[in-house]
Amino acid sequence: MNIYKHEFKMKINSVIAWSLAVGLMIFIYLSIFSSIEIDAKLFNEMMASFPEEFLIAFGMTDIDMSTILGFFGLIFLFIQIGLAIQAANYGFSLVSVEETDLTADFLLAKPVGRTKIMTSKLLAAITGLTITNLVVWISSFVFLRMYSDGGQFETKPVLVLMLSIAIFQLFFLTVGMLISLLVKRVRSVPPYSMALVFGLYVLNAFGGMIGEDKLEILSPFKHFEPNYILKHAAYDLPLAWISVVVIVISIIGSYVLYSRKNIRSAV
Amino acid sequence: MSIIEVNNLTKYYGKARGIVDVSFNVDEGEIFGFIGPNGAGKSTTIRLFCSLIYPSSGEAKIFGKDAIKYGPEIRQDIGYLPSEVFYYDRMKVIDLLKYSASFYKKDCTKRMHELSEIMELDLHRRIDDLSYGNKKKVGIVQGLLHEPKLLLLDEPTSGLDPLMQKKFYKLIREENERGVTVFLSSHILGVVQKMCSRVAIIKEGSIVDLQDVRTLERDNYKKIHVVADEIDEKQFDVPGVINLEKENGAVNFFYKGDINRITRAISAQDVSDVTIEEPTLEEIFMHYYE
Repeated sequence: MNIYKHEFKMKINSVIAWSLAVGLMIFIYLSIFSSIEIDAKLFNEMMASFPEEFLIAFGMTDIDMSTILGFFGLIFLFIQIGLAIQAANYGFSLVSVEETDLTADFLLAKPVGRTKIMTSKLLAAITGLTITNLVVWISSFVFLRMYSDGGQFETKPVLVLMLSIAIFQLFFLTVGMLISLLVKRVRSVPPYSMALVFGLYVLNAFGGMIGEDKLEILSPFKHFEPNYILKHAAYDLPLAWISVVVIVISIIGSYVLYSRKNIRSAV
Repeated sequence: MSIIEVNNLTKYYGKARGIVDVSFNVDEGEIFGFIGPNGAGKSTTIRLFCSLIYPSSGEAKIFGKDAIKYGPEIRQDIGYLPSEVFYYDRMKVIDLLKYSASFYKKDCTKRMHELSEIMELDLHRRIDDLSYGNKKKVGIVQGLLHEPKLLLLDEPTSGLDPLMQKKFYKLIREENERGVTVFLSSHILGVVQKMCSRVAIIKEGSIVDLQDVRTLERDNYKKIHVVADEIDEKQFDVPGVINLEKENGAVNFFYKGDINRITRAISAQDVSDVTIEEPTLEEIFMHYYE
């Protein structure tokens, strides 16, 4: 419990910053909906005039900008990118930070096993991500109500979309953690998390664009495509399961690797 | 009873050598010195004790239990001070010490304040505002606050000023008098000479000698200094003499063997001054590395 508390305290500022950022993003995007709505017909026509590949790349095919959920499906992709970067940051730094900051000699020489250290750190990171997750829930529902026509929108599809966030975050958290243990040394976290997030994003976006859809099944951006979920009020289940399987493998792999790891010394 | 028992302990980092086939025992209540130059494997050995790294082969037992298998359990009673200290920069000293204390089953508050007072540590500063020497003090307090039965000290006084070093060694002596076993790694031999009962010498990953400090001093070379107006250094060409140097009417050398033989050689000449003394551990030690 002491490690959990310590880890959570170390993260709290970052959690607050990310939560405010995504909350603000949702607010700003949804607040411009009302101005788009008026010219929705025009907007849809404009969208139709874009090359198909461009629309696929940005997940903008089949979007009806005249409804708030159609618009929400488009902008939620950007929220997902933000959530993914946050989760990947936490994942990559989870255990590697002790080696980068050379604090491993302090923590690991304490009377506590590696499994317990990892579990505590993982739970602290998940707590942080859950706070951000809740902020997304709250701000989504509040601002959708505020900016939709007469405060009316279908809640079920939004609910299903919101429920996907936790799995989506876990994917980036655990995959980041696994990669951090597979590479020799993580010197700086952002390059890794950017590469993972945008790599998987591009895999989905451009996979669709060039008609090569074998690779995109690896991407959680495909597994939890906001448009699909909002339109069907359901997940593309076989794809969503891929995310779950990857998470389970990453967690097991990380525990095995970390419990065998030789910790580098400071000198 | 042996507090530390090391059997054929070997560690390779990939192909790079850490330590090879190291075996020794440390008895309860002793201050055991571990000396060797940088890169000889001192830190590797200590880090194996803390299961920060895992052995390639062989084993280390602490309090009679395997250091890896029972790691968390035995670490309840180990205090470890790494050679380089790094802590969570954004924390205050007091918070770090409290965090450190929270890992142990006993209440460490009283001892924590005592130690901080002895080491003159300001508890309310942030870690990243501290100088290296002050960080080292934090390391000392966090390593001792849970009153461990075994202290693993890796170059403990690097970065401390002489006054603090003195306080630190006094503290370690007091701990030792209370029955605490101390494993002290250092390349500063004067310290080991003063503090330790036994000493192991490590060179390129292997133990080259393990002796009582007194025996090491006694059964060794004497350092001889002869002053004379007209000196014939050929007179000192007897077996057992090494490192003979002549300078301004004086001769310095080391001698190991029958003391009468060398005194005769000296008395055969018209000398104005003679000094025969114990070499420092430094000088003894140099022989292992020549």
